[in-house]
Amino acid sequence: MSFPLLTATALVPAVGAIVTAAVPAARRAVAKTLALVFSLITLALAAIVFVRFEPGGDRYQLTESHAWIADFGVRYELGVDGIGVALIALTALLIPFVILAGWNDAEPQETGSSRWRPTQGFFALILMVEAMVILSFEATDVFLFYILFEAMLIPMYFLIGGFGDRAHSGSDQNAAAQRSYAAVKFLLYNLVGGLIMLAAVIGLYVVAGSFSLTEIAEARASGELEMATNTERLLFLGFFFAFAIKAPLWPLHTWLPNAMGEATAPVAVLITAVVDKVGTFAMLRFCLQLFPEASQWATPVILVLALISIVYGALLAVGQRDIKRLIAYASISHFGFIVLGIFAMTSQGQSGATLYMVNHGISTAALMLVAGFLISRRGSRLIADYGGVQKVAPVLAGTFLIGGLATLSLPGLAPFVSEFLVLVGTFARYPVAGIIATSGIVLAALYTLVLYQRTMTGPVKPEVKSMPDLKARELAVVAPLIALLIFLGVFPKPLTEIINPAVEHTMSDVQKKDPRPEVEAAQ
Amino acid sequence: MENLIALLVAAPLLGAAVLLCGGRRLDRSGHWLGTVLAAASFVIGVVLFLDMLGRSADDRALHQHLFSWIPVEGFQADIAFQLDQLSMTFVLLITGVGTLIHVYSIAYMEHDERRRRFFGYLNLFLAAMLLLVIADNYLLLYFGWEGVGLASYLLIGFWQHKPSAATAAKKAFLVNRVGDIGLSIAIMLMFTTFGTFAFGPVLSSVGETGEGTLTAIGLMLLLAACGKSAQVPLQSWLGDAMEGPTPVSALIHAATMVTAGVYLIVRSGAIFNAAPNAQLAVVVVGAVTLLFGAIVGCAKDDIKKALAGSTMSQIGYMILAAGLGPIGYVFAIMHLVTHGFFKAGLFLGAGSVMHGMNDEVDMRKYGGLRTYMPVTFVTFGLGYLAIIGFPGLSGFFSKDKIIESAFAKGGAEGWILGGVALLGAAITAFYMTRVMLMTFFGEKRWQPDAEGQPPHPHESPKSMTIPMVILAFGSVFAGGFFSIGDRFLNWLEPVTGYDHGHAPISAATVTGATVVVLLIGVFLAWAMYGRRPVPVTAPRGSLLTRAARRDLLQDDFNHVVLVRGGEHLTRSLVYVDHTLVDGVVNGTAASVGGLSGRLRKLQNGYARSYAVSMFGGTAVLIAVTLLMRAV
Amino acid sequence: MSPVNYLYLAALLFTIGAVGVLIRRNAIVVFMCIELMLNACNLALVAFSRMHGNLDGQIIAFFTMVVAAAEVVVGLAIIVSLFRSRHSASVDDASLMKL
Repeated sequence: MSFPLLTATALVPAVGAIVTAAVPAARRAVAKTLALVFSLITLALAAIVFVRFEPGGDRYQLTESHAWIADFGVRYELGVDGIGVALIALTALLIPFVILAGWNDAEPQETGSSRWRPTQGFFALILMVEAMVILSFEATDVFLFYILFEAMLIPMYFLIGGFGDRAHSGSDQNAAAQRSYAAVKFLLYNLVGGLIMLAAVIGLYVVAGSFSLTEIAEARASGELEMATNTERLLFLGFFFAFAIKAPLWPLHTWLPNAMGEATAPVAVLITAVVDKVGTFAMLRFCLQLFPEASQWATPVILVLALISIVYGALLAVGQRDIKRLIAYASISHFGFIVLGIFAMTSQGQSGATLYMVNHGISTAALMLVAGFLISRRGSRLIADYGGVQKVAPVLAGTFLIGGLATLSLPGLAPFVSEFLVLVGTFARYPVAGIIATSGIVLAALYTLVLYQRTMTGPVKPEVKSMPDLKARELAVVAPLIALLIFLGVFPKPLTEIINPAVEHTMSDVQKKDPRPEVEAAQ
Repeated sequence: MENLIALLVAAPLLGAAVLLCGGRRLDRSGHWLGTVLAAASFVIGVVLFLDMLGRSADDRALHQHLFSWIPVEGFQADIAFQLDQLSMTFVLLITGVGTLIHVYSIAYMEHDERRRRFFGYLNLFLAAMLLLVIADNYLLLYFGWEGVGLASYLLIGFWQHKPSAATAAKKAFLVNRVGDIGLSIAIMLMFTTFGTFAFGPVLSSVGETGEGTLTAIGLMLLLAACGKSAQVPLQSWLGDAMEGPTPVSALIHAATMVTAGVYLIVRSGAIFNAAPNAQLAVVVVGAVTLLFGAIVGCAKDDIKKALAGSTMSQIGYMILAAGLGPIGYVFAIMHLVTHGFFKAGLFLGAGSVMHGMNDEVDMRKYGGLRTYMPVTFVTFGLGYLAIIGFPGLSGFFSKDKIIESAFAKGGAEGWILGGVALLGAAITAFYMTRVMLMTFFGEKRWQPDAEGQPPHPHESPKSMTIPMVILAFGSVFAGGFFSIGDRFLNWLEPVTGYDHGHAPISAATVTGATVVVLLIGVFLAWAMYGRRPVPVTAPRGSLLTRAARRDLLQDDFNHVVLVRGGEHLTRSLVYVDHTLVDGVVNGTAASVGGLSGRLRKLQNGYARSYAVSMFGGTAVLIAVTLLMRAV
Repeated sequence: MSPVNYLYLAALLFTIGAVGVLIRRNAIVVFMCIELMLNACNLALVAFSRMHGNLDGQIIAFFTMVVAAAEVVVGLAIIVSLFRSRHSASVDDASLMKL
């Protein structure tokens, strides 16, 4: 038996979480360092996974399989395809930056009670989320995936509710109440989705007699397992609903702006760049693979919802007065693109969507973390409270602009590649949808540039005058992310290489072929 | 030799990276680095040009494939370059004028504490623009296309502390993005039609698809060109873009970037040739903009905005020529090159005037400057003669050819287009004479600046005047050089093709007419601004003048319809999101809460009432059981 | 006499007990009413035993008596401690179990 690499990748952060949580109250610095070290070890393991994965090889690689709850046929079954590898790499890559960015976000407020250890808790929870997210990208057993899908809500709930942004949002001073509202909203939304998914998971077991993704998919592909049309559609909807909440897709999106607005910037990154990706990832892996016919049946509606998300999210971003909520709505627009790419059912669209998940993670992280640094300096999330920052903190403004340009998909930065692939892939099959989605590029420019103009340019506001520029730690967070954005914008090959075969498999699952170019088809 | 192509882009790109990441250490030397790297790019361009001249006309295109950019199933985008005669022309123009403007900026930006960054942005612009013209596929062209948009955004908004500059920068980027939708969709259409978007395969297989698709592609490309080249209806950003430092206006918003739309259309000539309707749209856009820009240029008192209107109008000529098909492609590019010389020269001259006049831009506050800045006067004057098409100078040759081509289009279309082009020439002569008279002639109308300092006009330093002199040299001789023996035509014809058309009137007649309308325009301007003193405050003016001062109300239209409308839309959507979408969810939560609140009342704590419910429940159960039995 | 009459008597006693539980406030009386209901059940069980001619009903009746005795012990203890703390034997005074 070979070394269980996938288990190790998820186990290291889990162990790290326990170790970090156990550090005594007085040793906060040790806890932070430990958390960072564990996240870096995870990154190293993820890098090994990335290298060991052979693009031309089997669909699922590095597989592990052990009996778990034998009576119900639940197995601890892991395996990764290219999509999983890419997302594991993204997660493992972002967490060290999240930890580094949140270095001082969870200091105990008063020194009175010596047993209160918020710092330890904060970093332990982050590592916990990392462990669960990574494992959920690896799980090929539906039940195991479901458990993780739900379990990751718990640490996220505490991260949102327990460690809110200290900057007030202006409209309501009662920050604690807003924060707990946001946390409960997040939890309830996702629990409802999870509940419906649980029904679908059980339904799937009743129909298929197994929880194993690979077994069911094989049985479906070979025709051994027939599903009645209505059964398949109902099960699909059960799964999709949960993923659409997590993703989030319009009109199930309203928890995201609250959660991202109230959470600290690193936690907001954790939500949108990492945890939400489980939703779109699961659409590709579970919805399309298990229910190919139902997926095609639902495609028109889902495409419309995705288009609404794109335009609606962008328009709402334009109308926001709060920096973090603006970024949240921008993310809703981007998730619309991802879903659009997945359900366009072309290889460009799906490769683009997968790439989009990675690129959006990096670009949002860059933008959100810089926004967090900005907000922590001024103590306000309102756009109107800023102005002329460029003059006093040029590096901060410059990195903010690059993050913004990535968000608006400027060529040369990574998101352009994925967005264009999604657009081309959609256009090839649904020209009208492609054109509507293309209008999103103007709106993206609008909200990004308006944000930049209002905060960074113009005369320097008195409150901003003494604002310091980025510190070394902060630059160490942002600079690598920006370097990565540029690198993947010019040379995305390392990622597309491992994604392409996975997408081909998915395309053959749904039995779709790319539309042929008009000229070729005519010959 | 082809390995040198990548270096064209690499040199300025390196400069941009070093200057923008280098920090304060480079503040004292950064501008030299930027200038040297721009010059290096020019030298590489010249080497490649000489090499190209050494080969036969059919064998001149060079290709370089660096690596595969986006390798996805069925979708191949490469980082690969193609350098043919058309690209070469642009490379020389961009790097040549670019280098001159780098030199000019050293002195012009001397007192700006962020000069290093300015040069970084300029280098970034050069890299993106070069990428745009040497890309061998539309997607890479799009990369450069957006790259120049970014550089333009950064440079227009260079003085970001001025809200007007920041707004102008944002506006330029947004309007350009609208155009970019066109380019995106055009590329997507190419992909679904041809399965590729590399120039070679696309342009050679145009014949295999229907005219409808080609018309759609053509119109989308035209939309893109309208955005980048400030053509109606996407022209509104160019006037505001004059908020940027003057060297930027000269390089980006006169000589190079704004001509990218012309490049795009000429490059895609094969598509337009096969889609007459798209071509017609191009011609209409060109003709309308030609007049639009000229009329706006007549009314502006801001010297840079008057020149911006003129730029719009001249690019209108180029687009018009490009829309004529093979008759006009060569002359569109020729006018583009000569325009690059004289318009850059005019802007640098304007910058030199502003430099000496405490950054005053209102021409009504100039006057009589010719004796104070002789070099500027002469170079500006030569640029002026060139742009109005004074016989023998550059603009004469290129513009005259375009007017001839317009007539040669044939039929009623030809007459209309030719007439419009002639009318445009007259208006050009009028507004440029106006600029000339208001700035350099008449009495001094100088006003003290905001701090009460009266201006002390003086000639600019050598590093500013030398580029102006070189450009003036080009303004005078380039046209003649290109036209003698049809040099330019022979150079470009292998790439763009050429067709004589059928001119209804002889070339000499056209030339004669051009000269006549030119003289009429000059005379009118002299009658209005030379003979009579120019008032310092602008008179109210006719309805047309007032409309033209406001860019023919197009901005007001945008403001009312797009900006206001958009604000209302977003505001109401925010409301809808909060009350309706979120309201449904919160409503569900509230009703569940309300229901449980009611149910809670049943738990009153009295043992007797619990007992009642127990008895009642048991009784009901028994009754149900018995009833079920009975049934 | 037909054993059915015993059943009628049992039902009557049970109803009296139930009504007593529901309407009386004094804990002791409520308690006695519960006993009454239990004994009504016992009567019914014994009557059934007689009707069916086997001893099952009587055995259950004995069980019921034992349980009732145990219940008396616990119940009285509760009532006494309630009375000590509240100086009242009314069941309505002990309405703490509400939200």
